[in-house]
This record gives sequence, C-alpha cells and structure tokens, in this order.
Amino acid sequence: MSVKILIPTPLRPYAEKNESVQFDVRTVGEALDLLTGRFAELRQHLYADDGRLRSFVNVYVNDEDIRFLQKEKTPLREGDIVSIIPSIAGGLL
Amino acid sequence: MATKLEPDLKATTEPKLSKDEVLRYSRHLIMPEVGMDGQLKLKQAKVLLIGTGGLGAPLGLYLAAAGVGRLGLVDFDVVDFTNLQRQVTFGTSDVGRSKLAAAKERLANLNPEIQLDTYEAKLTSENALDILRPYDIIVDGTDNFPTRYLVNDACILLGKPNVYGSIFRFEGQASVFGVPGGPCYRCLFPEPPPPGLVPSCAEGGVLGVLPGIIGSIQALETIKLIIGRGESLAGRLLLFDALALRFREMKLRRNPDCPVCGDHRTITQLIDYNEFCGIRGGEAAAPAVTVPEIEPRELKARLDRGDDLFILDVREPHEVQICTLNGYLIPLGDIPKRAHELDSSREIVVHCRSGKRSAEAADFLRKAGFRKIWNLKGGILAWSDQVDPSVPKY
Repeated sequence: MSVKILIPTPLRPYAEKNESVQFDVRTVGEALDLLTGRFAELRQHLYADDGRLRSFVNVYVNDEDIRFLQKEKTPLREGDIVSIIPSIAGGLL
Repeated sequence: MATKLEPDLKATTEPKLSKDEVLRYSRHLIMPEVGMDGQLKLKQAKVLLIGTGGLGAPLGLYLAAAGVGRLGLVDFDVVDFTNLQRQVTFGTSDVGRSKLAAAKERLANLNPEIQLDTYEAKLTSENALDILRPYDIIVDGTDNFPTRYLVNDACILLGKPNVYGSIFRFEGQASVFGVPGGPCYRCLFPEPPPPGLVPSCAEGGVLGVLPGIIGSIQALETIKLIIGRGESLAGRLLLFDALALRFREMKLRRNPDCPVCGDHRTITQLIDYNEFCGIRGGEAAAPAVTVPEIEPRELKARLDRGDDLFILDVREPHEVQICTLNGYLIPLGDIPKRAHELDSSREIVVHCRSGKRSAEAADFLRKAGFRKIWNLKGGILAWSDQVDPSVPKY
C-alpha cells in the first residue's frame, strides 16, 4: 500500500529536511522501520533504547492515534497518511 | 419586610451591563450566539492566563476586549527587544519594563470595565494551586515543558479546563484539556522529551504571526467555553502549518491509564516538574561538556598578537548573514562528515551564537582526535558584549 508519512518540523533536520516521504508498506511498524532505515538519525528521536516508541512521540494514521488502534501493528490502506506528532513546548527556544 | 427586601438584594447582586458596556459590547449583543446572556456570562467569567508572551498577547487583548470580567495574568519576565517581533501587547517604550506592568496598562486602557489581577511570579508546584483556584478557566501560554505539565496537573487536580496552545517555528498546536470526561495534556503526551532531544537554537525561532493565530484560537475556545456555544476543541488536537497554510485535526481520547486523570490515578498532588522533565524523560540531561574555553578578550588579544588561530563557525548559513567573525563555516550538524576539512595540527577556536553548539562541536572534535581545540565562551553574544559592540546580537 502506498502511504505518505508526514515528518514534523522539529524532526526534519534529522530527515534531510524532508516534509514527507512515500512508502509501500502494510503496517505502521513497517513504515517507521523504513523511515528510520532511510534516516538513521531519526531512530534515536523516535525510539527509546529498549526499542519502544518514545512516549512523547505520537503516531497517527489519518486522524486516529495508533495507541488506540493496533499500535505498530496497525494495518495501512492505500492512500493513508501517517503523521508523527511531537510535543512542542512553544515560545522562545 | 423580608419578602420585600429579597428582590432588591437580588437586583444588586445579579450582573447587569451598564450603558457604556452595552455600547462597548454591542457587536456581541446583536448577535444571538452571544447576546445579553453570553455577554453577562463573559462579565462573570474568571480566566487566568499563564504567560503574557507570544500566545499571551492575543489572548490578553481579545479576552479583555471581549469583556471577560476578571482576567488574571502570571509572568515574571521583562520586555526585551526580541519580544517585539510577536508580543504585540508591548511597544518599544516598554522594553526593560516588567511584562505584567506593561500588559496590565495596555489591557486596562483597552477595557477599563474589567478586573485585572497580576501575579509577578514563576508558577511553581508550591504556588500553582493557590494562584489557579479562584479562576474558572486556565489558559496555557507558557513556553516550556515543566510549566506545561504543572499547569495540566494543577488543572486536573482542581477540575478546571485548560485551554492549550503551543508553537514551534511555523507550526502550532491547540486543544482544550481537562473538561469532564475529556483528555488531558498527559493523555496526549505522557512524558516530555528528554532535554538532549529538544531542538537547539539552530532549529529554533518562531514566525511572529504564528503565536497570534494560535493564541487567537485559544481566546476563541475560551470564549466558547464561557458562553457555552459551538463545538469545543476538547477531544481534538488542532495542528496548524503556517507555511503550507494547512489546518489538520487529530482525535484525542482520555487515556484510562493516565497517571493524573485516568482510572487509577497515581499523581494526586503536584510533583517536582523540573525533575520530571529532566530525569523521567528517559535519559539523563545532556552531559556537561568539558572542553577548554577561551574568553572573548583573550581571543582578541591572541588574534592581535598574530597567533595562528583557525576560527571555526558552527552556526547555520542563514545566521552568518546576520553577523560573522569571519570564521570557516561548518554547521554543527555537518561536523562529523566534514571534520576532514580541518587541520588538526593547528589551534582551532570553535564558536556559535551563545557557546552551546560550539561546545558540542568542540567535544566531538576532541573525541575525534583534535587536541588543540578551544570553545569561544559565550559565543558571538559575549564577543559583542566584551570585544566588538558593532557585532549585532540576535
């Protein structure tokens, strides 16, 4: 299934400044594997040392949080949009 | 007697708009969605704004203009020149003044009919509950993770809605947390990012209009909560990309396992939020980098003596356009793959804007075998202060 992964601004520096990438995958887990395979630096921002997705990174398929679907096993359909939503504190950095 | 007195007493305690207020709020009063009922609810409402900066500017202005009867402001900062690009409550003549004093003056001038309370303090676990308690709605316009978790937890403990907004560069988020049955900030983000993973100033900055848009959305949601109209953002996370001019919406749900609002709560009082954001983030805080430092004055003296020093600038190319010490540019992120361009037999002085990125770069180079590395202490900011005031600070 061809799906689009949207990369949020704070993570773009670790993804060669890409705003989005397109992958042919069946699950969210596969999509994230391909993404962090292509951009190695992204891995430490998305995954903790124990291999679990970091709790401050939310992954959505279309408008649903994968924590309330089947997490990384969530199946994807043609045209789905996978969004990574990081926490931002706002204001001046 | 008593029966006769009662209606009179009621008449004096029941809110009413004065003739001036009717005129002032007439564009609300003539629309049925607000009307007299809604305007009286606004007049009786008590709203607390945490932060009077970028988000706080439109929040304060619109909520005061709308006639929110009692508006509390919490801040401890002083207006500086870099605020003026987005914090539109303040004018150039306010630079150096307390933000609260300047904001109070501006809002009192905008609407003298409302009560303005100011709290010149940093919100802490010790004072938060007392400061929040008198208000109906809390609006989070802060700029750091510890205060966001503090505001969230205090709102849940007190049972008050928390109107959330956050910005980064050209992206914003907004939602309403803490309404009965709805999610809270921790349901969305159980833990903050560890300090080491927060973007550095190389990726910082914010488009000045962005807090104007997100803060206005927060003001709108606050007013809708007060007048009980429309569809609240509670249960939805609004994402805004200013460059693409695109709004997106994600579904939010209360997390039954949430430690503060879930079914089995483990957080029943305020905790140490600095510790929570520093240590519970999963990793220790960024390790203290130990690289030899050189003071700006010493660097100047050595350059004047004609010492052979190689100046390495690790900022981003767009920053060089602002000002430069005429160093060789390799942005921090490119150092690992471009270190071979440097001559390890020469003395190298690394600098950035403030000295933080250059410390990282110098540390990396030392570990890569460079022995004669100095970090310019305080970066360009210190150079401008101590050596050459013609170099602009940013």
